[in-house]
Amino acid sequence: MATRAFKVIGVSAWVALSSMTGALAQTQAAPASGAAAPSQAFVASPPGATACLGCHGPEATALPSLARLSSADIEAALADYRDGKREPTLMNRIAKGFSPEESKAIADWLAAQAGSKP
Amino acid sequence: MTFKPTRRSVLTGAAALAATPGLAIAQAPSSAQVVVIGGGFAGATCARYLHRAGVKVTLVEPSAQYISCPFSNAVLAGLRDLKDQTFTYDALAREGVAIARVEAAAIDRDARRVTLSDGATLAYDRLVLAPGIDLRFDALPGYDLAASEIFPHAWKAGAQTTLLRRQLEAMADGGTVVISAPANLFRCPPGPYERASLIAHYLKTTKPKSKLLILDAKDAFSKQSLFTAAWKELYGDMVEWVGLSAGGKVTEIAPGEKTFVTEFGKHRADVGNVIPPQRAGRIAVSSGIADQTGWCPIDPVTFEARQQPGVHVIGDAAIAGGMPKSAFAANAQAKACAQAVTLMLRGQAAPSPKLINTCYSLVAPDYGISVAGVYQPAKGLLTDVAGAGGVSMAKAPASVRAAEAGYAEAWFKTITHDVFG
Repeated sequence: MATRAFKVIGVSAWVALSSMTGALAQTQAAPASGAAAPSQAFVASPPGATACLGCHGPEATALPSLARLSSADIEAALADYRDGKREPTLMNRIAKGFSPEESKAIADWLAAQAGSKP
Repeated sequence: MTFKPTRRSVLTGAAALAATPGLAIAQAPSSAQVVVIGGGFAGATCARYLHRAGVKVTLVEPSAQYISCPFSNAVLAGLRDLKDQTFTYDALAREGVAIARVEAAAIDRDARRVTLSDGATLAYDRLVLAPGIDLRFDALPGYDLAASEIFPHAWKAGAQTTLLRRQLEAMADGGTVVISAPANLFRCPPGPYERASLIAHYLKTTKPKSKLLILDAKDAFSKQSLFTAAWKELYGDMVEWVGLSAGGKVTEIAPGEKTFVTEFGKHRADVGNVIPPQRAGRIAVSSGIADQTGWCPIDPVTFEARQQPGVHVIGDAAIAGGMPKSAFAANAQAKACAQAVTLMLRGQAAPSPKLINTCYSLVAPDYGISVAGVYQPAKGLLTDVAGAGGVSMAKAPASVRAAEAGYAEAWFKTITHDVFG
């Protein structure tokens, strides 16, 4: 359901989504250690995944945090950027550099970090 | 009867060691030491991530604080305070990263040992070099350290940034600002042009009769068509760029006469900014890890320096193939390198990485443009993944440029948090 809603929100949803997740972050008590803080899990991260954290941190800014997105959400967003179905930002240029399989591995890893402790 | 159990326990211990060396190594190379030299975007990230991986790491960095070059062009334009560029290593220290607040003086690669400027030595199993750049004060006649007090380089943020800002503030309306840009390779390929843009913004809003001249030692530069179009749109005739084939290469600096000399003539500057040729930071050159180009060739999978097993190089000092010398690239390389080093210490192979670069430039406070790239090892180099990457759309609406300016600031906030906490 969440995935479906995300898809319906559609093309220019990143910024709106980021403010949504930002609001969520404020209302839900974040774990003391920071939900999306990377841990030793990065040692087993798939190619490209840790670079995402250069822009997408534990808290939303003008760029969305990925910490509270599901793997399916991230994978769908990457697919839409790759296929030109989203309003182009910098992400369409990056998403084109990863195959569907690579994108899925990255999405799975990023989503798994949300619950991890550093 | 006491002999037997003792003997058995000894044998058991020895057998356990012999039978499970892989396990012993994989669990915790608890005695393995990694030394990271340099606490910039590359080195601080790498030390932090290695520590998180359970690796014993010492960061060698003499400065108590790091002043970021990204966004320092906004300081020159009066849009930002230098203190907002300043970060400490307190978070790293709190997390448990050992920090040696001295300079690395020498590397003994055979003994795997770093000698520090206070005479102490640090043994390492693997060394990560992230020394950044050195400005070459021997490359451009007339431009030495003393000349940089007249024509600042401001290519390492800090006192030089403040000096250039003061000179811009003191300049009268109608003055001429001259920036000289070096040939490739150098730190932050779009940096000189972002700097020209933001200085032009300052001049337009406070000293509109002034001129800005860019003298360039090359004929093409990063995001060129976007910068060129934006200059015309935002600053009209105020900004003039002279490339190599039009005589833009500066051959000499005459600081006493406040003059830039090119093959074709002389240009007097009221405020001059010389961005000189560069090379890898001193320790990479003095230890013989940089090659004749002044930069360090690396293996694109492990980031190990060529012919230097055990020594990894990341960030601006490395020859990273298609990857530019940017803070984003340094941070991305650092994490991939930390992953490779951790696995290699466990006796495992480093995976073939994929790397990303993202670089925003501000042409005005509400006008951002970007370049991105994705890279992977190919033919011994980090190579652009075909079909990916590229620059912002030409002729995009103002809302897109404003959004990218916002993304730029968001990126800075997030990446400095990833690096420095």
